[in-house]
Formats: sequence, structure tokens, C-alpha cells
Amino acid sequence: MKARVFITLKNGVLDPQGKAIHHALEGLGFSGVNDVRAGKLIELDLADGTADAAIEDMCRKLLANTVIENFRIERLEDA
Amino acid sequence: MKSAVIVFPGSNCDRDLSTALELVTGRKPEMVWHRETELPNAIDFIGVPGGFSYGDYLRSGAMAARSPIMRAVSDAAGRGVPVIGICNGFQVLTEAGLLPGALMRNAALKFVCREVPLRIENSQSLFTASYDAGEEIAFPVAHHDGNYQADEGTLDRLEGEGRVAFRYLDEVNGSARRIAGILNDSGNVLGLMPHPERVVEPAHGRTDGRRLFEGLLETVGA
Repeated sequence: MKARVFITLKNGVLDPQGKAIHHALEGLGFSGVNDVRAGKLIELDLADGTADAAIEDMCRKLLANTVIENFRIERLEDA
Repeated sequence: MKSAVIVFPGSNCDRDLSTALELVTGRKPEMVWHRETELPNAIDFIGVPGGFSYGDYLRSGAMAARSPIMRAVSDAAGRGVPVIGICNGFQVLTEAGLLPGALMRNAALKFVCREVPLRIENSQSLFTASYDAGEEIAFPVAHHDGNYQADEGTLDRLEGEGRVAFRYLDEVNGSARRIAGILNDSGNVLGLMPHPERVVEPAHGRTDGRRLFEGLLETVGA
């Protein structure tokens, strides 16, 4: 099975990268972009039957820094 | 004072730190590879050096913080052994949970590499005993991810408990409250972005950093 982990900065945490992307979009003439936040997508190829709790544990222990980041897990396929 | 310097793949200030420690303590530090699970016996001081451990993959310091040796470093810190994390070392210590908060991309997105003026906010710590409170000194910085952030409650607690050891005098990287270096709650773990080990000899242009190690030597004892 595969799972995707989406890692995003918590609300209120300054995102300089998102800000730079926002400025670049404006520079290209794209108007109407109110805000940009950049995050990470991590794809995991896991043994079938890996429990949600195990993936959450991976997120808490390594994939996300929960001081500044949130994570969301999406299971792609199940055996 | 018997010291250990932890070496990760991608560390690049480990030798500078070792040289500075040898200069001040008269003893060559033990260089400890990150795959080790134990520190050498009777270590009085641990240095986690600057660099780009694991190429800053995932987040700066994230991979190094999960290295086998970091469990031993955490245990030693818990026993009261003084630990300093400089630059990438500071990032490693926050990622390892030994210090609160996180170091994010510099607010201006630029790598900052220059000497910066700092104020000693707490001269009572193991690491700052040789400075005066409020004294202004300067260390070099060289980092891309030095923007210290923590929630307001944590920042207030750090300030209230005298755990902000060093503060930038000017805007450097967007750090909350211009924090440059902080202590843990027991005062034996210091993390800072500026590099004291790069200003220890007159040929370096100044010797402000040497006093950090001298103060430590005095408080820890030879």
C-alpha cells in the first residue's frame, strides 16, 4: 500500500518561502492571489496492513516537526 | 575538562570547535562519530558543531537529531553534562527536543554570513559566566535557517526564566524577539546560531568567543 503525508506549516507560523512564491506570482502578473503557503509531500510505500497509528508515529517522530508543522495522512491503496 | 565533539556526515565546524576547545582547555576533544551509541567515559562537556548535517534533508538538523549518538547526548544532558549546540548544532538540539522552538528559513530567505553584534542577556549561566550582563560582543554567523520561532507562551517563559542567553542587536534573520541563543530549563544546554569557536584567537579579528569556553572551563573545572 501507499500513503501520502502532507506536511504544512501551522497557522500563524511565518512562511518566508510561501511569501517569496507569492511575490514571484505577482511579478508574473497573476493577480488575485491572497496568500501562498508552501509545504511538503512525502510518499511512503508501506507493507500491506500498516496501521494508521504506525504512520502517525512516523510523522510525529521524524516526518513533521510538530512545533511548527501539521501533518495529514492520505492512504492511496489498500491490499 | 574532557570534552567530546559530535561529528555527523556534513558537519563542517567540528574541527574549528575542536581547535577552540583544545586551545582553551589544553586537551584535545574526543571526536565522536554519529553512529556511536555511547560517549567516551567521564565526558565533562559535549559540543554539537555547525555544518549541514545530512545536507539539511527534511529539515535542518532533523536527521542528525535521530542519530544513534543523540540518545547518549540526551542522557548525558539529563544528567547535567553541559552541552552546546552551535548553528547546525542548535538546529539538532531543537529537533532532538533538548531545546524548545524551531529554527526556520531566514525571513529574508538569504544565507547570512557576517559578524553580528550580540548582547549577553544572562551572565549567570555555565556558558556566559565570563561575560557581564548586558555586555555587547560580536560573533560571526553563517546560516540559512537561523530564524528562531516558538509560540508566545514559550517565548515569555524563556524571557521570564532568563533563558535567553544571547540576543542580536540588529535584525539578522527574523528570529522572534531577536533571540540568538537559548538555554534549557536546567541551564546546562545552550543552543546558539552565532559561532563563538570562530573568534578565539587574535588572528580571527576578535576573541569574544574564547571567553565562552574559558568561562565554561572555569565553571566546569579542569
